[in-house]
Amino acid sequence: MSFPWAQEYKPQGTVSKWVDERLPLPRLVYNAVGAGYPVPRNLNYFWNFGVLAGVALVIQIVTGIILAMHYYASVDGAFNSVEHIMRDVNSGWFIRYAHMNGASFFFIVVYIHIFRGLFYGSYKAPREMIWLLGVTIFLLMMATAFMGYVLPWGQMSFWGAQVITGFFSAIPVVGEPLRQWLLGGFAPDQAALNRFFSLHYLMPFVIAGVIILHVWALHIPGSSNPTGVSVKSEQDTVPFHPYYTAKDGFGLGIFLIFFVAVTFFAPNMLGHPDNYIPANPLSTPAHIVPEWYFLPFYAILKAFTVDFGIPFTGIIIIEAKLMGVLAMFGSILLLFFLPWLDTSPVRSGHYRPLFRKFFWFGLIPCIILLTYCGGKPPYTQWVILSQIAAAYYFIHFLIILPIVSRIERPLPLPNSITEAVTGKPLEKAAA
Amino acid sequence: MSTVKKTKTTGKKPVKAPKASAAKAGKAAISNTAAENPSVADNGQTPGVRRRDFIHIATVSFAGVGAAAVAMPLVSQMSASADVLALASIEVDVAAIQPGQSIKTSWRKQPVFIRNLTPAEVEEANKVDVGALRDPQTLADRTKPGKENWLITLGVCTHLGCVPLGAAAGEVKGEYGGYFCPCHGSHYDTAARIRKGPAPTNLVVPEFAFISDTVVKIG
Repeated sequence: MSFPWAQEYKPQGTVSKWVDERLPLPRLVYNAVGAGYPVPRNLNYFWNFGVLAGVALVIQIVTGIILAMHYYASVDGAFNSVEHIMRDVNSGWFIRYAHMNGASFFFIVVYIHIFRGLFYGSYKAPREMIWLLGVTIFLLMMATAFMGYVLPWGQMSFWGAQVITGFFSAIPVVGEPLRQWLLGGFAPDQAALNRFFSLHYLMPFVIAGVIILHVWALHIPGSSNPTGVSVKSEQDTVPFHPYYTAKDGFGLGIFLIFFVAVTFFAPNMLGHPDNYIPANPLSTPAHIVPEWYFLPFYAILKAFTVDFGIPFTGIIIIEAKLMGVLAMFGSILLLFFLPWLDTSPVRSGHYRPLFRKFFWFGLIPCIILLTYCGGKPPYTQWVILSQIAAAYYFIHFLIILPIVSRIERPLPLPNSITEAVTGKPLEKAAA
Repeated sequence: MSTVKKTKTTGKKPVKAPKASAAKAGKAAISNTAAENPSVADNGQTPGVRRRDFIHIATVSFAGVGAAAVAMPLVSQMSASADVLALASIEVDVAAIQPGQSIKTSWRKQPVFIRNLTPAEVEEANKVDVGALRDPQTLADRTKPGKENWLITLGVCTHLGCVPLGAAAGEVKGEYGGYFCPCHGSHYDTAARIRKGPAPTNLVVPEFAFISDTVVKIG
């Protein structure tokens, strides 16, 4: 699907004509990311991050397959095999650091990608399906990253595995059997490490599959844009190739500069030093924290202590442990409902003064605070801050957004993308 | 759907007809007449319900059972394997543990704390109002008669499974002088009962017995 003015694929040579009549794969590519896909002309650099996320996935798959050629999934040998990769395998140190930091950069670009969508209303009709598939990809990414972090079998690997499989033991009745099924035993051991290796290999290909659906869904309505105004005419668009392939290529260059700078000069900046200690099932490190990209959700989990009061509102079955786990998963699952919580017909936050205030002065500081508290030890002051931030997170999406979208008076929208770009004065700008 | 309702109101046996055919809107008129004439419906030979419909349902059901039978081993392979389930009990010599000292040992791949409580710790544990605890248990409930100073628990926080601090010398014992879990800040008292933080229950006391004055068997 595309706009009627999209350029048509015309095979020139004999070979391409022959192929096009039998398997029109070049035609598909031409219409997907070539000149056959018209894109709004006013996309800013926030629209680069989808492509960057795709590149990050490719980096992870390529370096991951290479690492699996040298890694040994055994509780006795895993840690040493990673050191073997670092010291003995040709360029092994580079490939291992690229994979390790690649995960962080994958999450950096995906978080910016998500916040782009949140600000510009990219989740709104007719793009709900793109958003739902995106949240699914995010969940799969987190599962994949978790299982990957377990593989070196350091202290953080082991205790991360213990804690995260422990989430499932909070479920009433079936929880503990479910946890033992996930682990294949009573505690993380050989069985757990072995299966996490297998699943860590599988999941990126599942992610790649869902990404195909994500991009397919995107190509039905076409890209959103910073004004949130729909495309009205050919003037509003430019062909994807060469205009956005070039722009994305430039963005990719900048991204890679940051990526290799960290990989070469500060490869352990984003990691935790305790994961250079081999796993010890008898001792938990005093300061155990997850990887930085899980910190906000970890803070929400930790915010639910019995002292907090919510558990004993009559239903005693919901203990603090279960509440924390439900809240943590709920904080992501509620994103699935976002397109129906924000009912404002105006897409872009740019034209929504009240929404914009809550976004910049509510949601963003709240997420930063959660990330910060997630990395702090569970002392009273950090727990209280986490509780405030976690409460705001849920209130923002479940109460503030629905109310704001009802009471807000949006600013006048431009009549078209072209009008917004060419800078003609808007008719009602004085208001 | 109307077929089922009408059959019920007339108090006759439910028609054995597959639901699929009843749901077909096109057959509604015929089905109605069948319901008004139960003798026809009972032998399942109404024009709306063919013997072939039964074959369809039987075939799909059989395939469903087959798929479930195949899925079962694919799922159950992940449960604990025979070598993991081959659980042994362990015997621990506790003669060298002085009051106020504790050791960590490993049982079923999980840490076990064996602690020789000081008289002060025993007194403090007995002083607590048991009814006010989140998981009410006395020290006597958690130890063996005559051996109240021997506190043997799994070193697994009941929240998400970290090993609490406090067993080794110099570690933080938390606000209640027992154990403190660094992962999410659960505090346990001198009888290893949960007092503060997100953990739902006391540290688990495994099955154990003194087989002599100085040797304890766990498991």
